[in-house]
Amino acid sequence: MVSVDVQGSSNALIQVRSLEKTYHRGSEELHVLQRLDLDVEAGDFVAFMGPSGSGKSTLLNLLGGLDTPTSGSIKVAGDEITRLSAGELTQWRARHVGFVFQMYNLIPVLTAYQNVELPLLLTSLSRSERRRHVEAAMALVGVADRMQHYPGQLSGGQGQRVGIARALVADPTFLLCDEPTGDLDRKSADEIMDLITRLSEEQGKTVLLVTHDPLAAQRAGAVLHLEKGVLVEAAIARTAG
Amino acid sequence: MPIPITYNLRSLRVRWTSSIVAVLGIAGTVGVFVAMLALAQGFKATLVSSGSSQNAIIRRAGATSEMESVLTRDSIRVIQDASAIERASAGPLGSPEVVVIAPFPLRRTGTDANVQIRGVSPLALKVRSNIRIIAGRFFQSGMNELVVGRNVALSYSGFDLGGTVRFGGGTWTVVGVFNGEGSAFDSEVWCDANVLNQVYQRPPNLFQSVTVRLASPGQFRELKDALTSDPRLNVQVDREIEYYEKQSRQLTTLITVLGAIVAVVMGIGAVFGALNTMYSAVVERSREIATMRAIGFATGSVVASFIIEALCIAFVGGILGCIAVLPLNRLTTGAMNWQTFSYLAFAFRVTPPLLIAGLLFALLMGLIGGVPPAIRAARAPVASALREL
Repeated sequence: MVSVDVQGSSNALIQVRSLEKTYHRGSEELHVLQRLDLDVEAGDFVAFMGPSGSGKSTLLNLLGGLDTPTSGSIKVAGDEITRLSAGELTQWRARHVGFVFQMYNLIPVLTAYQNVELPLLLTSLSRSERRRHVEAAMALVGVADRMQHYPGQLSGGQGQRVGIARALVADPTFLLCDEPTGDLDRKSADEIMDLITRLSEEQGKTVLLVTHDPLAAQRAGAVLHLEKGVLVEAAIARTAG
Repeated sequence: MPIPITYNLRSLRVRWTSSIVAVLGIAGTVGVFVAMLALAQGFKATLVSSGSSQNAIIRRAGATSEMESVLTRDSIRVIQDASAIERASAGPLGSPEVVVIAPFPLRRTGTDANVQIRGVSPLALKVRSNIRIIAGRFFQSGMNELVVGRNVALSYSGFDLGGTVRFGGGTWTVVGVFNGEGSAFDSEVWCDANVLNQVYQRPPNLFQSVTVRLASPGQFRELKDALTSDPRLNVQVDREIEYYEKQSRQLTTLITVLGAIVAVVMGIGAVFGALNTMYSAVVERSREIATMRAIGFATGSVVASFIIEALCIAFVGGILGCIAVLPLNRLTTGAMNWQTFSYLAFAFRVTPPLLIAGLLFALLMGLIGGVPPAIRAARAPVASALREL
């Protein structure tokens, strides 16, 4: 169950405490995130909404280990990630985070199969084990018949499915989805949200979703609104009623 | 595990127009680099092959070349008495020699170039076992007859077998052509040393050098010690092979230095070509790089990946450059030998070590052109690059 404004320690998978991020533009200070507290339990599906500039992307970057906060702490599965060096953070991302991007961010010169295999190249799996994992992930998201296609040969929906397969394949601790339907038509967007929902419900994946799309956000167990760097409202968790 | 090399190879193929500019820049540089070295190598090989390890050349002490040396007939008699010299039925195998240079018109341009005329003893062919008469015959003692190296027969007008030429105030008949197996002798004209002295009105008892054949190559030290310690003589003794190697050094060094300067200047241009290609690759692929780093590839992997890509460009350029100069191999050209002031024909020698040097030079250019863009790729902020369109 997602909680905001929590204090002290808990057993949550992701614990965010007093998180602040301040950017400096000349002499001006921009407080993008202000003393943010958040707990996300394993298996939660949380959507973050908010207007542009509200700090959604910054929060996502911090939770994904792509950026470091000005102050505060982020604990994921017991690891305090704000204390990690850049190199340690890179290794941490490989182990814990599955990124799903708005523009899919597939490597255009690699086939769908090779794109999905990329995170596994950072593990000690053998070639045949990697093949097994890639095939399972691609089958799970419904693009098993597109393995040898290049990203340019895929539709938007298929491209995003491959992107999700890549995010899943190494079995990360949680999925970070940054506007995953932002570049898709309604039908494809719904299909992608069906898939993400299914991953959460059937596979028990922990999913953090940033979106502008209320229909996409509706699928989440909890919708959190960010405004001017503050979590202002916690929607009622869908699964909890 | 590193970023798969397929990624780099396919990226190069997709961006082939930009890749090819860098490839051609490096290919051109490697081509010139290898060609210049092949020229120096060919010149050196031609002179070095003129010498035999079983022969020694004896000159006046202090004379850097035969042109500056003088030996009297008496000295030569003393020299030829040395026990280390091989003996034949006709006597010790030694050839007292004189050299002059005379201008003759080149067939190709009609302009004059200097030819080295070498007066030798009738035993010269026995002393220099690598020389074979391939047409006609050897000259007869006391006659105004010439045998000419095969390059001379090919390159100059008037040296056809049976033809006559005029120099030094005399008229000479070409009676034979010899093959010097690619040595400097191929660019020489030989005649009787005594006749040459007469025609040039030189004192008949003066020569410039004597080349002797040792009973065995190991007896060089014995000969040298015997001659240099003899109070009647004031001579220096060199292995023939070392003498010619020394002669080749000045021009070889000059060609190598000039070649290196040209290669470095061109190499700077090629490095900028590679830098440009790689920087634009980094800019165009910033989102791909950020994605790989987000997935968990370390900065070192990104640096290595882009350096490998630059090295691939350089390797292809290097191979193309080497292939481009292969037709030069064995192509005959000529240059002034400053030690003898005569024109020396020699062939480019594109050898495997030179090709390897060319490839290494290409890879060096690729490395210099690849490292700064690779570091830039690895340092770019990931979060913002992920959202670039």
